Amino acid sequence: MEIEETLIDTLQRKSAQLKREIVEMVYRANSGHVGGSLGASDIVTALYYHLMNHRPHNPAWPDRDRFILSKGHCTPVLYAALADCGYFPKEDLETFRKVGSHLQGHPYQPKTPGVEVSTGTLGLGISTAVGMALAAKLRNEKQYYYVLCGDGEIQEGQVWEAAMFANKYKLDNLITFVDRNYLQTDGYSEDVMPLDPLIPKWEAFGWTVTEIDGHDLKQIIGTVEQAKKEQGRPHVIVANTVKGKGVSFMENEAAWHGNPPGKTDYLKAMEELTHGI
Amino acid sequence: MEFKQTRQGYVDGLLSLAADFPELVVLDADVAKATKTADFQKHHPDRFFNCGVQEQNLLCVAAGLALEGFLPFASTFGVFATCRAGDQLRNAIAYPKLNVKIGATHCGITTGGDGASHQCNEDIAITRSFPNMTILVPGDYEEAKQATIAAANYTGPVYLRFGRDAYPVVPEIHGRFEIGRAKQLRSGGDVTIITTGILVSEGLEAARLLKAEGISAGVLHLPTVKPLDEQAIATAASATGGIVTVEEHSVIGGLGEAVAGVVAARCPCPVYRVGVQDVFGESGTASELLDKYGLRASDIIQAVYRVCALKQKD
Repeated sequence: MEIEETLIDTLQRKSAQLKREIVEMVYRANSGHVGGSLGASDIVTALYYHLMNHRPHNPAWPDRDRFILSKGHCTPVLYAALADCGYFPKEDLETFRKVGSHLQGHPYQPKTPGVEVSTGTLGLGISTAVGMALAAKLRNEKQYYYVLCGDGEIQEGQVWEAAMFANKYKLDNLITFVDRNYLQTDGYSEDVMPLDPLIPKWEAFGWTVTEIDGHDLKQIIGTVEQAKKEQGRPHVIVANTVKGKGVSFMENEAAWHGNPPGKTDYLKAMEELTHGI
Repeated sequence: MEFKQTRQGYVDGLLSLAADFPELVVLDADVAKATKTADFQKHHPDRFFNCGVQEQNLLCVAAGLALEGFLPFASTFGVFATCRAGDQLRNAIAYPKLNVKIGATHCGITTGGDGASHQCNEDIAITRSFPNMTILVPGDYEEAKQATIAAANYTGPVYLRFGRDAYPVVPEIHGRFEIGRAKQLRSGGDVTIITTGILVSEGLEAARLLKAEGISAGVLHLPTVKPLDEQAIATAASATGGIVTVEEHSVIGGLGEAVAGVVAARCPCPVYRVGVQDVFGESGTASELLDKYGLRASDIIQAVYRVCALKQKD
């Protein structure tokens, strides 16, 4: 299918807007995960603004596609998208990580409209998602379950438990992105705990695997549309991304995993995100 | 005396619920023959899901099914449900207060021959400390069945604790089962024996033997450890001025400490805790282990003597 350039252009502008809101949110809270959120912005944008069927004013709409942020620390990108879509007022973003807010540091499903699963300890999101995808299969429902895992996250054994389970029950309604930025809290993933060769790992677990540029919106959309056509197997999209994407001094820097920017860095980041690097 | 397994009560409860709860599904982690959920699988193969040896995934799959409106009963051994998958139980189930039921079998020292690795004497302590959890610890087969049915009729996470062995059937506890409600089995003036789980039979036996010695012991049975029937405990403490708690669980973090907390706050009096002391178990028959680890009527009687002696000091 031809993907129109105007659509890609619109999504790119939307992603840039989300990135500014991510930096704003983490700066204001003086706490939160900015690097991974920026890197996942293009994937989240493609999902919420094009790929997913959802109704922000009816978050419990049964036929909606579900998004599960398994790398739960990247709430800034999720909350920015949810607020912009209209799940809750944009002003709420100002309360991120503050006492009394429904916007917890990690997603909490009972409190936040649009949050599907409470995540935070790694591996729980994808593992809960396979249970949800099984539920849809049992009822012959047609919605899709989109999961976003961090690459560091998939060092968790539970991820591979879920991978086996999804294969057993042929959960082809499950599309998982692995945000492959090669960085985790303590540094370069291949130093901390090597994941490569990653593609054959997923293939061996019975999943369809596609490797893409996780910032190429056309590729993100095209790959998801292709995955939907392949039945009988769960799908993983290994999305090569740049942690901190869009802010020059944050790109590919593990130090920006969980540290908020100070005022100078914040102003510089906002400048770059408004006018481009 | 008749002996029956509480885990059989669990699956018989599930089977009795199947028709009325079409959304009820049962999950296991490669111990379906041991947990007895294989009986459910036989009758409802399309409502049974085996996760293999994946206890962490088991609990999260159950959470996912609950989020989509199913009523999952996730079954495995207690030590795996609470220790192996403690994070999943806390973060994926208790924290978002999902409608997941944990059917935990092989709890307590009577798990027997498998030894300390499988004898979970810590599960009540762990689950009690998680907000939102309801903890049911039935005393025999019939009460296990009742507890399972009550769990299905309650919305929210429930930890159901069952054993491996065949345990005495105790007709005294077969009245109406209500979550959070204690059962007064016997009244007494000198001391109250407060039981949970399968040691209720030892508690009743101790009270009978004490009567012959002229000591009047009441027996209060708590098949719900959380939420605790605080009023029943306070009433017992004020009526007898001395409490002995009895549980097939560590004395750390279990029924005994829960009761002691209520007594200390509402009606201070001596409390002595019968349970597994701060030790790991070992292999042996259930009967041998109950003897060796001090969980018999004779041990309860010794505890009653201590409480009575403390009372006289006042």
